[in-house]
Amino acid sequence: MTCDDSRSFLLAYLDCELDAPRSAEFERHIEGCASCSRALEAQQSLRSSIHGAQLREPLPVGFERKIRRQLDEASQPASSWKFTQWRLLAAAAVLLLVIGGSWKFAQKPHDNGDVPVAAADAVELVDAHIRALQPGHLTDVTSTDQHTVKPWFDGRTAFAPPVRDFAAQDFPLVGGRLDVFQGHTVAALVYGRRKHFISVFIWPDATQNAEQYAGAMNGYQWISWKQSGLRFCAVADTSRDDLAALKELISR
Amino acid sequence: MQDREHFDQLVLPHLRAAFNLARWLLRSREDAEDVTQEALLRAFRFFSGFHGSDARAWLLQIVRNTCYTWMEKNRPMNGAVEFDESLHLSPLPGPEAQALAGSDHERLTKALEKLSPRSREVIVLRELEGCSYKEIAAITAMPIGTVMSSLARARERLQQLLTKPGTKEAVHDL
Repeated sequence: MTCDDSRSFLLAYLDCELDAPRSAEFERHIEGCASCSRALEAQQSLRSSIHGAQLREPLPVGFERKIRRQLDEASQPASSWKFTQWRLLAAAAVLLLVIGGSWKFAQKPHDNGDVPVAAADAVELVDAHIRALQPGHLTDVTSTDQHTVKPWFDGRTAFAPPVRDFAAQDFPLVGGRLDVFQGHTVAALVYGRRKHFISVFIWPDATQNAEQYAGAMNGYQWISWKQSGLRFCAVADTSRDDLAALKELISR
Repeated sequence: MQDREHFDQLVLPHLRAAFNLARWLLRSREDAEDVTQEALLRAFRFFSGFHGSDARAWLLQIVRNTCYTWMEKNRPMNGAVEFDESLHLSPLPGPEAQALAGSDHERLTKALEKLSPRSREVIVLRELEGCSYKEIAAITAMPIGTVMSSLARARERLQQLLTKPGTKEAVHDL
């Protein structure tokens, strides 16, 4: 082993990431090479001063209890407004994620079926967008009146999302809001369905892909379809049938 | 709730690792408390999507992302800057650290806080949390080769900071 080799293996050796034959070779080299041996000692001494300084931060007093309490609150059943609000947020977040998936799909017309989204991607995507959905930004315009919601989008989006209330069919309009996703402005309509919310995200889709997609993730159902040059994606923790029914109403 | 029990068993044991990473990335215990709480709630929300075997790496990945997002939002000017004096937050040592109050602790803390966030995180993950290269790669979404070169660079920089306390040092001694 040359000194160059030894230097490139030194840290891996220090970190116990070097395989046994190479470790043995490295040790043999060190025995006969004062300069590499000093380099290793320098690294070992850096490590022991880091460890000796006890830099690992202790938890603040009562911190774990506080976290557990918050988890208790987060796992309580759906009843309080707070939780409903959270659910709406989660639905919207999952929706954005789904849009990410279907967006990719729009560029891959040969794919079919459910969009596979790795858990890590999911977390990443939702992380990036959940902040845009801070309380107070859930609905930019809260109204059950389509004549209030529709004009609200004028001038805010470069396209006119079809806004209709389907209260008579048991899908009352709750409101709407804007989101930016991958540089695109996305309109979001929120509908109620019994005690659940359905979010319908709408954005222009210039691709030739008119496929319909559907999937489920973390207990949320979603379907995505294209209509009059717009792509729609509806998401909720209701049944797939509910979403299909709403889709039928919107595409009428 | 079964999910909750499972979460408590698998994820909560890594709370201190989560807090420690946040504290070092943010260079503040107070901010780390807020961000760790947020990250834990987020982890709980997405827990049903976790099917891996390494809950610690999974949690730390979420903590790391939450920290970076938080920094972008709350310290927008500080992005890639290696070290920004105006943001040099003096550490608020915990009880254990206070008891130590040794110069070593202080010296190392200062040096570590001077590293860029990317260098700091690999040192924290490797030396304070004892993560393997593979785990660091998973947490930071970097290839293993990049993890190794980042670690080498970070260690070199740390050596420099410890052996020759730079000219900048005086600025922070208030």
